[in-house]
Order: sequence, then C-alpha cells, then structure tokens
Amino acid sequence: MSLKSKLHELKLKYQGKKMAPAFNAFHTFLFSPDETTHAGGTHVKSADDLKRTMNTVIMALMPVLIFSMFNAGYQHFSAINGFPADFSLMNDFLTWDNFWIGIIKVLPLVVVSYGVGLIVEFIFAVIKGHEVEEGYLVTGMLVPLIVPIDTPLWMLAVAVVFGVVIGKEVFGGTGMNILNPALTIRAFLFFAYPTWMSGDKVWVYGARERSEEILAGANVDAISGETILGYLAQNKGAEMTYSVSDMFFGFIPGSLGETSAFLILLGGLFLIFTKIASWRIMLSAVIGSLVMGLIFNQVVDFGWVGESSKFYGLMSFDFWKHLIVGGLAFGIVYMATDPVTGSQTNKGKWYYGFFIGFISVMIRVFNPAYPEGVFLAILLMNVFAPTIDHYVVRGNIKRRMNRLKNATIYPKDSDGKAEELKAETV
Amino acid sequence: MSKDIRIKKGLNINLVGAAEQTTSKAVLSNVYAIQLSDFHGITPKMIVKQGAEVKAGEPLFYNKNMESMLFVSPVSGELIEIERGDRRRILTLKILADKTQEAFSGAALDVEKASKEELKATLLKSGCWPFIKQRPYDVVANPDTTPKSIFISGYSSGPLQADLNYVLQGKEKELQTAITALGKLTPGKVHVSVGSASSPLSSMKGIELHNVSGPHPAGLVGTQINKIDPINKGELVWTVTPQDLIIIGEYLMTGKFNAERVIALAGSSVKAPKYYTTKIGAEISTFLYASGVNEENFRVINGDVLTGSKSKPDGFLGFYNNTVTVIPEGDDYELFGWNKPVFDKISATRALTFSWMQPNKKYDLDTNTNGEHRAFVVTGQYEKVFPMDIFPMQLLKACMVKDLDEMEQLGLYEVAPEDFSLTEFICISKQPHQKIIREGLDLLQKEIG
Repeated sequence: MSLKSKLHELKLKYQGKKMAPAFNAFHTFLFSPDETTHAGGTHVKSADDLKRTMNTVIMALMPVLIFSMFNAGYQHFSAINGFPADFSLMNDFLTWDNFWIGIIKVLPLVVVSYGVGLIVEFIFAVIKGHEVEEGYLVTGMLVPLIVPIDTPLWMLAVAVVFGVVIGKEVFGGTGMNILNPALTIRAFLFFAYPTWMSGDKVWVYGARERSEEILAGANVDAISGETILGYLAQNKGAEMTYSVSDMFFGFIPGSLGETSAFLILLGGLFLIFTKIASWRIMLSAVIGSLVMGLIFNQVVDFGWVGESSKFYGLMSFDFWKHLIVGGLAFGIVYMATDPVTGSQTNKGKWYYGFFIGFISVMIRVFNPAYPEGVFLAILLMNVFAPTIDHYVVRGNIKRRMNRLKNATIYPKDSDGKAEELKAETV
Repeated sequence: MSKDIRIKKGLNINLVGAAEQTTSKAVLSNVYAIQLSDFHGITPKMIVKQGAEVKAGEPLFYNKNMESMLFVSPVSGELIEIERGDRRRILTLKILADKTQEAFSGAALDVEKASKEELKATLLKSGCWPFIKQRPYDVVANPDTTPKSIFISGYSSGPLQADLNYVLQGKEKELQTAITALGKLTPGKVHVSVGSASSPLSSMKGIELHNVSGPHPAGLVGTQINKIDPINKGELVWTVTPQDLIIIGEYLMTGKFNAERVIALAGSSVKAPKYYTTKIGAEISTFLYASGVNEENFRVINGDVLTGSKSKPDGFLGFYNNTVTVIPEGDDYELFGWNKPVFDKISATRALTFSWMQPNKKYDLDTNTNGEHRAFVVTGQYEKVFPMDIFPMQLLKACMVKDLDEMEQLGLYEVAPEDFSLTEFICISKQPHQKIIREGLDLLQKEIG
C-alpha cells in the first residue's frame, strides 16, 4: 500500500478526534489535501495557499540565515585575532571554522525557536480544535535572526512561549493578532533581560565568557563586540574601523540576521517580485528613515547640536547609512511587511511604512539605553495600523456618502402593498 | 453615442476547452425541471398540482410575496414530481415532456404603444419577469418599484463563458423589442455594454452604449454599474442578461414563452466542446454525452467555473445559465503540493508559481482547493483583481461580523456575490467570498429591506 493511501486511511481514522489537527499538520505538510471546492463558490481556485506564501518568506530568509552562521564565526575569530588585514571572502569568511561556530551557536537558536513555538501552536490547535496554522513558520525563523548570538536558549524558550501565547494565541491565532509575534518575543527579551540584549558584550560569541574570565582574575584580553550604533551612541565613531562596504555586505557585529543589508535587499526584491510582501511598505519605510536621517543631519549642519552633545554621534551619521547598519533594513523587509499586523489598505501602507522608518531613526538617536529603535517603531505602528486603515476606509465611505446626495430614488408604485405581504411571511 | 470603459484590475482565467463556434441541436429531453434554487429569496406557491398537464408557458407557481409574479413551465407535459427538501421546501419541479409540444398562448403586445403598466402586467403574467433581477441584493426585481436605470452586459469575460456575440446572432429583432420594453420601465437609461462593435447589441436603439475592454471582471454587470452609474443607498438598478432578452422579446412579439436557448458546453473534460440549442430546464445529459466526456471523475457545473452551481449529468440546465462547464474533480493528494514549483495552475502571485510567464496559456484546472481554509492573512491581493471603488476585504469582514452599518457604508448595495468570484478564486486563505456576500445581502435585506 502506498504512503498516500496509508495516510488517507489514518486521516479518516483520526477524523473528529482530538488529535486530528496535530495529525493533519503533518499530513498536509507531506501532501496538499484532497479537498475539493464546495458548492456555491468558485469551482476552481488559484495555486496559492498560506503554506506557499509563508514558504516564500522563509526562502527569502534563507540567505540571511546562512550568512549569519558564517558571520557568527567571523566576528568571533576576528574579535580574538583581529580583523584580517587583507580580507578575502573565500579564505576569511566562508570557512568551515566560521560555519562551525554558526552550527553550535546559531542553529540551536533556530531549533529552540521552532521546537518551542510549534509545540505551543500544536497544543492550542488541539485544545481549540482548529488546524495548525502556518504563521509560526515565518515567526520561528525570524526570532533567532533578531536576537544577539549569546542569548541563552532557556531565555529564548521562555520568550517564545510568551510571544506565541500572549502575542498571538489569545487573540485567536494567525491572522487575528495585533502585534507582530516575533517582535513581541524580541520586546519581551529586551525588557525582561536587558543586560543580555544590549551593551558591548552580547553581539559576538565569546565576549561575555571572556569578560567573566577577566572578572575572575584571568589574564586575557577582553573581546569587544560593540555594534556600530553602539559606537555612535557613545560618540566614539572615530574608533570604528568598519568601512561602508563592511556595513553593506554585513561583516559587522549585530543581531544575527540584521547585518547584511545586501542579502536583505535581495530578499526584499525577491518578496516584491513574488508579490508576497508589500513594496509600498518597504519603499515608504525607506523614505521615512531617510527623511528623519536628513533632518538630523541638517540639525547638525546648522550647528544646533554641538560635538559635545550626547546625540552628536548618531545625529551626524550620514542619513543613508542608517539603512545599512542596525536592524532597520531587516525590520523593513521582513517585519514591517507582516500583512496581519500592518496596514491593510494600500493607501494606509504608505503612511504605515513611512512612520516606521521615521520613528525607527528617531528612537535610534534619542534612546539613551539602547541605540536601536526598529522593533519598538514597528510595534508602535502595529498598534496604529488599524487607526490608519480606519481613516483610509472613512475616505472611501465619505465618497460614497457624497454620491448619495445625487441619488435617484423612486417611490414604490403600489402604496406599500408589497411590504404588507412581506410582513406576513416573516 | 458610446462611451469607453477600460478595466485594468482583473485577471483572465484562460482554461482549456472553450466551446467551438458551431451549434448543434440537442436531443429532446424527456424530463425538464425548474430548480427553485435559481430564484433566490422566492417562496413558491403552487398553482398546478402534481400530475397536472401543463402547456409550454403555462404558470406552475407564483411568488408568495407577490401573487402577480408567475413562473411558467418551459415545455408542455405532465408535472410528474415536486421534489421537496427540509420543512417541505420545494426544491425542484419536474415535467415529463409531451411528444408534441403545445404552447400556452398569451397575448402579444405592441411595445411601441404599450404603457408601463401594461408592459409590467404582461411580463409578470408571461413568466418573463423573473429574468429581470435587481440590485441591491441580487434578487428577482420587485415590479412595484422603479429602477434608476437598467443594465445589460453584452460582454462575456469570464472563463469559458458562452460568447454572446455568437449566441445573439440573428436575434436583433427580439433584442430590440425587449430593450424598447425595458426602456419604458425606467425613467433613466438602458445601459448596454459590449466588448466589440460586432455585437448585435451595438446596433440597438434607445440605449446608452458602452464599450468595455480589459480583463475579467470587465464583463460582469456589477463592474459596469460601478464604473457607469454606481448604486447608492435607496437606489435600484435592474439587470437582464442578453439571452433572456431574447425570450422576453419573443414573448412580446408572439405571445409565446419560448424557453429555447443556445448554450455553450465547455471545459477540459468535454471531448468536443461546442454550442447546443436546448431549452431551460433540459436534462444536461441530453447534450453532454453527444459531445462526450474525457474522464471518469468529473464535475458538471451549471454556469461557469467561478459562479456556477454544482450539478450532475442527470441534473438540469438552470434558469439563467447559458454555459455548462465540465472539469475534472481534484479529490486527490499532491506530494509537497505547497512548496514545489507549479507550472500547470493559475496563480496571482509568483511564489514559485509560473503562470505569470505565460499569460495566454490555457490551463486545465480541477476542483482541488490547492490549500486549506484559513483566516484572512495576506492583504492587498484582492485589490489587484477588484476594479470597483470598494474595499473588498473590509466589506467581507463587515459581512462576517454582521455589522449592518459598515456593510451599508462600504458599499454592499453595489455588489452581487458574482462580483466576488475573482477575489474568491485568488484568495490565499481560501475563504468562501461569494457565500459571505450572499449571507450579508440576505441579512441586509431582512433588516433594512
């Protein structure tokens, strides 16, 4: 008997049972279902479904994940041995040693994120009796990519449980949530364990261990893993050795997936080409961040903020460079475009994206504790997205109401006889 | 005078099995049937009893809410069965046809001279009235009301639909008579839309002619209403399909209800798709097997693949349909169907689906849903194929939560379920859009009227 018919028999066996959603989740993962269209609707349907949609986003994330695994090792060894003088991609970056660090440090984060998140999803699906929804496929991949490399696994697990339950399931599951679940997880980590999420010891594997060794009295050099934004926030921009091409291609410390603006750009173009993510949100968010960056540059140019100001470093940072450092590019491409928590109207998407870019750079500059604002800006705009949509939809309604003034309504021919008859049958 | 309407948003669904433009006469059906599901919201009250002999065009039942609105038999014969469903609701009336057909003769009417009241009375009595549908609510028009305008779409843009230019050939006189009659029922205009100048409808008098072009749903009357003269709260618009105009026109000219109609038999499961002359209510097998069927496991659709209703080979041609489509059933699993590249299905995205590379390729789609039902997730997809100035997803959600104010304000008055057929086709979450809209319309009609 073939696998197909065996699974079909099992499906019939589980039908109506409590565990049916769990079985179906695996079954539909292997085989797309044999369901046919119902009477009273269209008889044919397009090839797209939610699994395919989510899968496309994951494909767009793959290059970023693989790059982050190499970069984990590259940053680790560079911090110990110093950056290679003559950088060569094949010899210094795409090496097995680097990738091994990725395997032991990055892969466990991915496994824990998916494992814990999907267990929670399955539990809720079985309790509530609905199918396991695909939303977590993307969330589970995003989460490891937006945390620092040294995040302890138990911490991640706690945050994932919190994010999936409070951020999504209490609202009714995929499609119903107000806040982006991945960012809810990130925010939980940030506010619950701030020392693990910021500072100069968390972005490079080994930095934290090394500083603990030093505290214990060991005679070794400290590893600094400061991010570019961290340097700038302390007005130490001059000490930074990263070139613009380092920033663009991503050979810099930072949250795992955020460093390579180049690969994120490719992923973004892929998502736009496949028509999965909204180009309106991406474009307007880029514009928003450039506008805010320009304003800060102008403020510095006019001399309103001097070099002694604690904001000077970030404010004088070239406006366009904001896009290639920190999590801004990653946030714009993969997180702001989440259709469930973003604006749902095309016009609203322009406002939504613009303010994400604008506020991200603003928070980045003014936040005293942590020089990054993308996740806060997106969460803030998640909350405002329904309001934006409300006003866009009001505009449409207003147009319809204006038209109403010229409506041509004729009275009924027979005086209300039809209504009488109707009243009888109700 | 003609005006151009160009639709940009939309999607043509090119399917294998378009009907070849030759017409055969279908063999006579033994049994004809009137299916009550065709008349949404009408409660029938029988006039004749089971076993009674009726002539072609003789009334079978009337509308319980409006005694003057009669529904007639398409053929002469014996009413052999009244099929009932839950709570004795009448589902189908079956008539065993006589060998020699006898027509029930009414009185012809000179439409040039007739008054509005005379016309209405004639149409109601003749059984032609149900061909006139109204918006809002997409139901049979209420003859006590006056529409602000009447719309006729002479352009079929939907998948495998009968080509109206072809099936209307040689019927100019009937069409003109019916259009003149309709013109008297409204103080406004009779808007007729055609896809090309060769349409028999473009030479009609007393109409406002519109040339429509663009992808489906350009041919849907709802799209045209929205672009020409959108419906406001309280307004009424009537719509008639051109092939029903022929029956109306012929009745007014001869006094006889002639249920004959040219229909397209199409779809990838049909061996020789072509046109047939048959009658309303004829058994589908009378022409289906003349063309032959390719598969064993197929679905017969009364209408087109987007808006039609599911039928069987021994089902009956619907009251309003001019197309019967037969496509393969898709009740089979597909290994890794959700992530492998797809070349043989239509898609509105490019997520490893490649229909965008060949926009003119014809596809052989089956009835598989290609995925499971989910909550609304992706946004901005429907807008790409929805040309009306309406927010489709917001309207659907308003219908789902039964928010009457929102439904009204977002434009539910302007739409019929068929206007949401294309958004339903591309829906990633596989939501039943047409059903949601239908339920919304029913609720609105019940609450507001």
